[in-house]
Amino acid sequence: MTDNAKVQITIDGVTYEVNAGSNLLQECLSLGLDLPYFCWHPCMGSVGACRQCAVKQYRNEEDSAGIMTMACMTPVQPGARISIEDPQAKAFRAGVIESLMISHPHDCPVCEEGGECHLQDMTLMSGHNYRRYDKKKVTHRNQYLGPLINHEMNRCITCYRCVRFYNEYAGGEDLSAQASHHFTYFGRHREGTLESEFSGNLVEVCPTGVFTDKVFSENYTRKWDLQTAPSVCAGCGVGCNIAPGERYGELRRVVNRYHDELNGYFICDRGRFGTGYVNDAERLKTPLDGAGNELDAAAAGQQLREIAGSAGGTIGSARGTIGIGSPRAGNEANFALRKLVGEENFHAGYSDAEHACMQLITEAAGDPRFHNPSIREIEQADAVLVLGEDVTNTAPRIALALRQSVRNKALELADGANIPRWQDAAVRELAQQERSPLCILSSGATRLDDVASDRVIDTPSALARNAFELAHQIDSDAPSAGGHTDALARIADQLLAASRPLIVAGASSGDVDLIRSAVNIAGALRKRRGNGVSAPVDLCLLTAEVNSMGLHLMTRPENSLGAALRKLSASEAANVIVLENDLYRRAPHAQVDAALAAAKASVALDLLPNRTTAKADLVLPVTAFSEQQTSYVNYEGRAQLAYQVHRSHSAARPAWQWTGDFEHFRQALLECADSIPAFAKLKDVLPDTSSLPGGIKVPRQSERYSGRTAMKANLNVHEPKQAQDPESALAFSMEGVPPRRDATILASTWAPQWNSNQSISKFQDEINGPLRQGHGGTLLLEKRTESGGFYPPPVNGDGAGLELLPAHQIFGSEELSSRSEAIRKRMTGAFVAVAPADAVKHGLKQGQGVRLSVAGDAGGVSVTALTCIRTQTSPGAVALHVSDCGIDFHGLGARVELTPAETPHGRGLGELIVSDLAREQGDV
Amino acid sequence: MSAMSGKVIASTALPSDYLSEEEIAEIEHERTLYPDTRAVGLEALKIVQKQRGWVSDESLLAVAEYLGLPVAELEGVATFFNLIYRRPVGKNVILYCNSVSCWIMGCDQVREKVSEELGIEFGETSEDGEFTLIPVPCLGDCDRAPVMMVGPDLHRNLDRQDLGELFSRYRNNQD
Repeated sequence: MTDNAKVQITIDGVTYEVNAGSNLLQECLSLGLDLPYFCWHPCMGSVGACRQCAVKQYRNEEDSAGIMTMACMTPVQPGARISIEDPQAKAFRAGVIESLMISHPHDCPVCEEGGECHLQDMTLMSGHNYRRYDKKKVTHRNQYLGPLINHEMNRCITCYRCVRFYNEYAGGEDLSAQASHHFTYFGRHREGTLESEFSGNLVEVCPTGVFTDKVFSENYTRKWDLQTAPSVCAGCGVGCNIAPGERYGELRRVVNRYHDELNGYFICDRGRFGTGYVNDAERLKTPLDGAGNELDAAAAGQQLREIAGSAGGTIGSARGTIGIGSPRAGNEANFALRKLVGEENFHAGYSDAEHACMQLITEAAGDPRFHNPSIREIEQADAVLVLGEDVTNTAPRIALALRQSVRNKALELADGANIPRWQDAAVRELAQQERSPLCILSSGATRLDDVASDRVIDTPSALARNAFELAHQIDSDAPSAGGHTDALARIADQLLAASRPLIVAGASSGDVDLIRSAVNIAGALRKRRGNGVSAPVDLCLLTAEVNSMGLHLMTRPENSLGAALRKLSASEAANVIVLENDLYRRAPHAQVDAALAAAKASVALDLLPNRTTAKADLVLPVTAFSEQQTSYVNYEGRAQLAYQVHRSHSAARPAWQWTGDFEHFRQALLECADSIPAFAKLKDVLPDTSSLPGGIKVPRQSERYSGRTAMKANLNVHEPKQAQDPESALAFSMEGVPPRRDATILASTWAPQWNSNQSISKFQDEINGPLRQGHGGTLLLEKRTESGGFYPPPVNGDGAGLELLPAHQIFGSEELSSRSEAIRKRMTGAFVAVAPADAVKHGLKQGQGVRLSVAGDAGGVSVTALTCIRTQTSPGAVALHVSDCGIDFHGLGARVELTPAETPHGRGLGELIVSDLAREQGDV
Repeated sequence: MSAMSGKVIASTALPSDYLSEEEIAEIEHERTLYPDTRAVGLEALKIVQKQRGWVSDESLLAVAEYLGLPVAELEGVATFFNLIYRRPVGKNVILYCNSVSCWIMGCDQVREKVSEELGIEFGETSEDGEFTLIPVPCLGDCDRAPVMMVGPDLHRNLDRQDLGELFSRYRNNQD
C-alpha cells in the first residue's frame, strides 16, 4: 500500500523530509531540485533505462567517496545522504547526455519541439554544450503515422517512453521498439495510422521531437509565441483540462493541462485534435435574418427581444416563447436563455432518451449509497463492471483510467513481493498477464476487450435483464430478472470480493434500463458491504457532453425536448429560441420540421451553420469555447471554469451576451449561482483575485512573446492598443505577473531551466499531487440523506426486427469536433454494425449499402448506411453510427428492419479501427 | 472493395493455410513448453526461418496471427535478434567472428580472403545466392581462433589457403 510516512534524508548537506517508499528522483523533483532525467515519467514510474539521473550516495557522515547510483531506481531510506552537486556525479551526467546526443541532429531551429524540449533543457542543465563526436551519425527512415502524428526518428534518444506509454499504459499494439543498440527504432511494423485513441500523447511523452503534432506543424508557432489560458475540453462529459494556444487569431493547438483528480498528464485524440472548427471559414460571423441577409448587432438584438416578447417589457416574463438549451454550451449561456424565456419555458437540448437517462443519473448522484468517482479514483478500482457503454468512444479518458485499474492486481502482487510500485519494469515482469477483473456487458466489441476478464455480449434488452439478474446474484433483495448464468455468478463473486468495486454506465446509449440496472448492482453491492458502515460504492454514470449535467441541473424534469417540440407543433407556444444546438441530431426529423414550421418565429444561436440555423428566422453568431469564458459541469457534477484564450474578430458574442442583460460574465455566473439551488457552489470556481499580487492580472502571453509590435503592421504601422479583458483575471498581454508557483490560473507551465511540459513538477505540491493553490473545480451535487431502493426489472418487450442502438466513434460522434479537418481525416461514413448471421439473413455484404427502416411500419423513416459486419456484434442487434451524414436516428425507433441498398457515396469504412471486422462472409 | 481498404487491426490478406502443417505442429509443441503465447513468438520465428530460410513480412504476419500477438511486438522480437533474418539470405549463412581473440589471430586477413572468394562484404549475399556473410561477436571457441560457422558447421583455425576448397564443398553440396 502507498506509504504516507515521512523520513529525513540529506541532499548536498541539507536535510529534507520526504516520502518513505518513494524513489530519490521523484523526491528530489518534489522538493523542487533540478535533477535531469529522461525515461522516468511521473505517471509511469522508473525503469532505469537512460542513466541520466545519477547521484552520489554516501553510507554515512564519514563516507566521502560515495557510490554512483541512479536516483530513479533508488528507494528512499531514512537518513540517506546523497549529493546532486558532487563533481563526479555531474561529470557522469554530462557523459551520459553526451552519449545520448551522439546521433541527435542539430535541427532544433526547424524542430517543432524546439523551445519546449525536455532534451534541450536537460542538455543545458547537464552542461553538455560542446559536441566532440565528429563521426557519422546513425540515421533512420521515418514512417507515415497517419494525419495526426509526425515521425522524425533521427531525433530519438531511446528513452523508451513512447512505447511505455503507448503499449503499456494505453494498450496500443501497433507501435514497438525494434532492432537494438544504435539502430533501435520506434515505429509501426509498417507505415500507417497509429491506431490508439491516445496517440497524441506521444507528442507530450516524447522528451524530444520524434513524435510531433502534425496538425499544429502545418501551421506552427513556438510555444512562447502562443497566447494561452486554462481551459476545459468540450469534447465529451469528462471535462479534461487543456491549454489551447492561439496565434494571429487562430486556435493553433491543444495540449494537456495537468489536473490531479481528472486527466492527470493525458488527454484523448478527440480533445487534442478536435478543435479545428474554431478556425473554420464557415463560422457564423454576423447576425442573419431568415433570408440570409446580414444584420447589425443592435438590430439583431432588438429582433431577439421582440421575438422573446419583451420589447420594452421586462425580460424574463416572455410567455409564449420556448427556449431550448444546449449540452455543449456553458452554464451562463443556458442560464441567460432560461432567464429570458422563464424557467417554465426552458427545455433540455438533448434527446428524450438521454433526458430520461439524465434524470436517473442525477437521482443516483444524490444517493448517499453511491459515489461518482473522479478519474484518479477510477484508477483505484480493483474490480470493474462496464454496462453497455463503449467508454473508449464516449468518454475516452475514462477508458484510459479503466485500463489502469486492471493493473491494481499487479500492484497488489508487487506489495506482497516487497517491490516498490514505482519499479515499473519489475512490477510488470512479476505480474505478467495477471489483472484485476474488468467485466464488460455490451452488444458488441469494445476497445477495452483486450484487458477484459469477462465479456457478455447480447442485445440491449437482454443485457439489461442480465444486469438486473446480476444485481440479484449479488444481493437477493434486488429483484431477479431470471436467466442465471455462470458468467454472471463469476462477475458477482468478483465484485463482492473487491475492496473497491466500480460500476460504469452512461447516457450515451439512451437506455434507461441499463442505468437502472447499474444502480441496482451498485445498491446490491453497497447492501452486502453493509449499508451505513461501508464507504459508498463507486458508481460512475457518464454524461454525454461537456455540459449535459449543467443543462440538466437547470431544466425542469418535465421540460424535455420532445415536450418543447409538441408545444410548438400544437401552437401552445409561439416562438422558439434554440441555443447552440442542431435539433436534427436530437429528435425525429419530422417532429423538428413540424415544430419549426409551426413556430411563428425561430431564433438559433450557434457558431457554425447547421440544419437548425438554416431554418431559423434569426441567426445569432456565438463564440467558440476558446473565445469566451464559461463554466461547465462534468459527469461527476464538478463545475470548472474555462477561461477565454483569445478574442473573436467577428460579430460573434458569448450567447449570454445576446440573450442576457448581464454587464459582465461574473454577474451572469453569480446570478446563476444565486437563483438555482443546485448551482449554489458555482461561485467557488471564480479565482480568488485577492491572491493576485497588487491586483495585477495574469498575462496570457509569455515574457518571450514576439512580434507584438509587428503583428498588425500590414494594416497599420502604429501598434494598436492591447485589448482589455474586463471579464477575467487574465490579460491579453505579456505584462502582468505570471503564476510562477501559484497555479490557480496556470495555462502554460514554465520555470527557469524547464521550458518543456515537464516543468509541471515545479507547480505541484508534490509529484502527482494537486497544483499549488490550484483549484480543480467545485463539486456541485449534494447527497440526500435518504437512500434510494431497487428498480424493478424491465418487462420483456420482444418485437419484430432488430434492436437498434447507437454506435459511437471517438472521431465523428461529437458534433463540433467532427467539423474539424484533422478529425474528418479519421472519420468513417455512416455504418451499421451487424452480426455475421444477421448479414447473411438479410443478404448484406461487407462495406456495401444497407437500408434501415422502422420495423413493422412500411411508411416510416428509412435511412441508408454502410454495412459493417462485425463478428462480435450481438445477433438480433444493430448499432448505427450516424457520422456526419444527417441521419434521422431518432426517427427510427427501437427496432429496425434491414434490406440491401445502393452503397452511399462519400467516406467508407477505411478509418475504422476495430478488432472484429469480418473479412468476408466466409467468416460467418 | 475500396471502402474496406483500411486499418483493420492485425488483419491481412494472407491465406489461412500460409503456415505449413509441419510448422504448425512444431509451434504447437513449443506452445506446450511456455506459460503464455507471448513467449512462443521467438521460437515460432525460428521454426519458420528453419523451413523458409528467412522471415518475410508475410511469415511475420502469419506467425503473429496464428499466435494472436500484435505484429508490431513480434517485429520488435524479430529485429532484436540478429540471427532472425528479416531479409532473404543465401543457402549458407556464414557467421564470421570478428571479436578480440579472432582479431588477434588474424581474422581480418582471413576475412579479406573470404570476401575475395565470394565477392561479398559483411551483410551481403553472393550473386549465386549460395552464401551470406554476417559478423558475430563470438562463437565460444577462442582457443581455436579464428573461427566461423557455415550453416550449422563450425570451422576452426581458419587459414586463407583452405577457403576456396571449403566453399566449393558447400557449393557442390546441392540437394
